[in-house]
Amino acid sequence: MNGVHDIGGMQNFGLIEREENEPVFHARWEGRVWALRQGLKPWGKWNADASRYASSTIPPSEYLRMSYYERQAAALVALLVQSGLVTRAEIESGKPAPGSPKAIPPLTADQVPLVIAKGHPASREVSVAPRFQAGQQVRVRNIHPPGHTRLPRYARGKLGTVERDHGVFVFPDSNAHFLSEKPQHVYAVRFAARELWGEQATLRDAVYLDLWDDYLERV
Amino acid sequence: MRVSEERGKEIPMDTTRRGFLKTAATAAGAAAVTRDLAHAEVHQHQAVPSDPALRVKSPESLLVEKGLVDRAALDVLVDTYEQKIGPRNGARVVARAWVDPTYKQRLLTDADKAIGELGYGGEQGEHMVVVENTPKVHNVIVCTLCSCYPWALLGLPPVWYKSDAYRSRVVIDPRGVLREFGLDLPEDVEVRVWDSTADLRYLVLPERPRGTEKLKEDALAGLVTRDAMIGVAKVMPAQKAGQKEGKK
Repeated sequence: MNGVHDIGGMQNFGLIEREENEPVFHARWEGRVWALRQGLKPWGKWNADASRYASSTIPPSEYLRMSYYERQAAALVALLVQSGLVTRAEIESGKPAPGSPKAIPPLTADQVPLVIAKGHPASREVSVAPRFQAGQQVRVRNIHPPGHTRLPRYARGKLGTVERDHGVFVFPDSNAHFLSEKPQHVYAVRFAARELWGEQATLRDAVYLDLWDDYLERV
Repeated sequence: MRVSEERGKEIPMDTTRRGFLKTAATAAGAAAVTRDLAHAEVHQHQAVPSDPALRVKSPESLLVEKGLVDRAALDVLVDTYEQKIGPRNGARVVARAWVDPTYKQRLLTDADKAIGELGYGGEQGEHMVVVENTPKVHNVIVCTLCSCYPWALLGLPPVWYKSDAYRSRVVIDPRGVLREFGLDLPEDVEVRVWDSTADLRYLVLPERPRGTEKLKEDALAGLVTRDAMIGVAKVMPAQKAGQKEGKK
């Protein structure tokens, strides 16, 4: 989706505001929203791609006005309702529906360190032939998927060079919609800054993007 | 500071549509605002689409009551990233690479394995790539699509890293962004921006500053800053690092 989240190369967002000795969370609710998203993962009702997609479907005018954790909170509610873990009515009332059974949380305090240590690998140990090799020139496909994608707009149609094959990973465009993991190779692709941004860019500079096989075509 | 102050001020009611949405969205996370307040707002602004996602307060108590999350687990999650997992992890990796050339080689070729040797890895550090700064190459990390960041080595990202301003601009004007951070790179240095929009997470291995030849690994780790490992700063020698912290 050509969403508002895809902002690489946009201009006029102003100076970058920095803060000395910044706390991890600026208010208690930020930490709680963040922790809820982590704590609900073990239910397996959505994956990382679906979670990212939920943030990117926030309407553009809302997205730009919201803080980071406001976006996270909005996406969390969307995921909860879409997955059926809670109903819209429950969100509205703030109370469980009368007579609804009480679940047992899959994540307890003592399991947290283990879950963090294990992480959520997106690589897959399956044998898939790579379509490209390091050193090869490639063109990014000019595609505009209406659903989830991790192909930034600024790279579409551009020429780059495969720098490194990272191995086989889950494909976000299908995985976010629970269609299939469609595992395939991901490559670090180098783009000359001028290929992306024209004459204004410094000649020797470059942008690197990790791109899936399905995003690339032969030159 | 600015961020939290501003947010605190925005919770009170506002009669504009923009204000409503802002209040409602804040309420989505801030339990401080009651549902009644949000409802009062809705009645005042019938023309506004009433998206529940923007109107509700934090769903934590609902989720706890439904047995979907364990409050103690949430506490441990928050505490872990507030107290335990942060840039010191990355700094230890960098310092080890500075004192041990064979470790550095492993780090640059098989980052996951090398980082695992120091006991790090896991959540948002499952697939790591380490890129090395040299006198001729400067690397900087971003995620233009969201906020992907190597949590396992740097903790959760600062607000500026997640900001639209940084994400939008560092890919098109990296030298301008770095100047804003106080880093003016000569023309003959190649700037490489790593837009980490996939599942690989990146860490910059900064240059070891001159005059640190006698420092031990622990002391070196103490010099390495988060910003240097993102690539928006260089690591300063000890005396200068102190000065730098003092100003601004």
